[in-house]
Amino acid sequence: MPDRLSRRAFGGLAVALALGGCARRWPKGANGEEQRLNFYNWDTYTGETTLADFQAATGVEVNMSHYANNDELFARLRAGNPGYDVIVPSNEFVTRLQISGMLSPLDHARIPNRANLAPEFVNVAYDPGRRWSMPYTWLALGIGYRKSRVDGVPDSWKWVLDSDRYSGRIGLLAEGDDLIRLGARYLGHSVNAVTPAVMEEVTQLLIRQKRHVKLFHHDEGQDLLAAGEIDLVVEYNGDIAQVIAEDDDLAFVVPREGTLFNSDCLCVPAGAPRPDNAHRFINFLLDAKVGAEITRTIRYPTPNAAALALMPEEYRANPAIFPSGPAMARSEYGRFQSIAHIRAVEEAITRVMAA
Amino acid sequence: MLQRPGAARGVFAATGLPPIVWLLALFLAPLAVIWAYSFGENRTLVDIAITGSWANYARALKPLYLAILLKSLGFAALTTFICFILGLPVALAISFASPRAKLLLLLAVMLPFWTNLLIRTYALMAILRTEGLINSGIGAIWSLVPGLGPFEPLPLINNNFAVVVGLVYVHLPFMVLPLYAALDRLDRSLIEASLDLGAGHLATLFRVVVPLALPGIVSGIIITFIPALGAYLTPDLLGGTNSQMIANVIERQFRSANDWPFGAALSFLLMYMTFAALLLQSLIVRRHAGGAP
Repeated sequence: MPDRLSRRAFGGLAVALALGGCARRWPKGANGEEQRLNFYNWDTYTGETTLADFQAATGVEVNMSHYANNDELFARLRAGNPGYDVIVPSNEFVTRLQISGMLSPLDHARIPNRANLAPEFVNVAYDPGRRWSMPYTWLALGIGYRKSRVDGVPDSWKWVLDSDRYSGRIGLLAEGDDLIRLGARYLGHSVNAVTPAVMEEVTQLLIRQKRHVKLFHHDEGQDLLAAGEIDLVVEYNGDIAQVIAEDDDLAFVVPREGTLFNSDCLCVPAGAPRPDNAHRFINFLLDAKVGAEITRTIRYPTPNAAALALMPEEYRANPAIFPSGPAMARSEYGRFQSIAHIRAVEEAITRVMAA
Repeated sequence: MLQRPGAARGVFAATGLPPIVWLLALFLAPLAVIWAYSFGENRTLVDIAITGSWANYARALKPLYLAILLKSLGFAALTTFICFILGLPVALAISFASPRAKLLLLLAVMLPFWTNLLIRTYALMAILRTEGLINSGIGAIWSLVPGLGPFEPLPLINNNFAVVVGLVYVHLPFMVLPLYAALDRLDRSLIEASLDLGAGHLATLFRVVVPLALPGIVSGIIITFIPALGAYLTPDLLGGTNSQMIANVIERQFRSANDWPFGAALSFLLMYMTFAALLLQSLIVRRHAGGAP
């Protein structure tokens, strides 16, 4: 998911400024709502003119603030929605937020542009019938690597999880849940079939591998790879695609065992003050031209077929953005399991870090 | 002349009430909530039932977490020790400087506080990283000397060394300022007497200056040790695969683990230790005050 360098520092301040402070009065639109919208999003995750274009089209001004990860989003919303109208949780968190009563259902009649979605995104396991979410991007975890420092294509999780060949030059993602799931995939299990026995097996694997790992990164793996700090990194395709554009010695591969897919989705949180503006905004983002403008900047794979059709060949045929091959058929979306499972994952990761 | 008692009470209420309300509403009340959580359990992803159970504390005392706590104590103790060794000469130098220089030196000690901790930590990362200022600097000199072979960058970041460097860098002012305050109040004639009566400089330092400055030293140690023990950002950003401290574990309970009751129990474990340290400090200071002539 996108880069988060500056977010921790400024996130809190931004929220205070965006939501609290100004006692400015907003004119009411035709729908009876104030002509504004609070958009809580990942950093560097819109096009350069997206928000201004929306304002030009509708008169609604968008205040955007950022979060660094889904946990931060969840933690902020669990005490009550502080005023956000649109949020962008990943698939598993769509489930978590929904079962916690923190989302409000979408009115499909107000989102005609959902017709632009590619067929495989119309009905999904984590949100049957798309009652609560519209897909914004999708992502695949894989290995980003520096070609000149790696022998051939590191097309197995083995090279980062179970080998000393690149000792001291490996960066793993610090997200415990993803790491455990990828380990399970490497050992031949489904990412959604992590039983206690599998978890123990993966924990032992990670503890053994740890001495060859240089660092656990917080989703800034692409920067560490670009800076030469590490030569192999577990990261999302879109992040690596961004740095490949600046350094052609870098590449991305989805290992042949298959990987974990994610999809960031547009949702309206429960208690959103301006639900109609929120629907108009979601519909706007799903427009073909708007989607293409966003995609040109953020370079993530888009689930929007109409937007994809407007993109240049360089993007559509980019193997880092759209990995292909048998590995993709062996990949799955992660599903929310249970509270006990989250707790077990955290304890496993604490053990790995402490070992 | 005595004031009317009523007026004094009014003044007291006017000046004392705001800080008391502040303390109660914004510090003690939230703290009490977290304390209550530490006896609770997760019912759903968002509901915590306060069951009065000790299970979170029992889990926090498992060897896994105790070992992490012990490691954090080690990091904090090493940081405090290095800060003391570095801070004592600095504080001495400042207290013996001319008034004008004193002002400038104190300003220099406090200057880092004008910048956000996160920004300072990123600056430190730029200095320490493999392609950072130190390594590229040494590399440049290295390449000038013939016959040395290729330069292998020093491992300065993403390890425990970097964590200690970061912690010392951040906490040094906390040590220097109380030490300076204690040394500055020192009666100089006692130092002169010690030197006149034949004690060397080291003997004077350890047998006259240090005992007299003991309360300042103890405060310096305590207010360096406590925040270092709870450090979160530094191990997170500068540390490697072996640098997890207790605050990182606590952070994960409130974020990714979504396990506030357990996070609360771990936090309060840390809090109880802080109270113990403060108790120790007041005992030392009291004994010191009692023993002084």
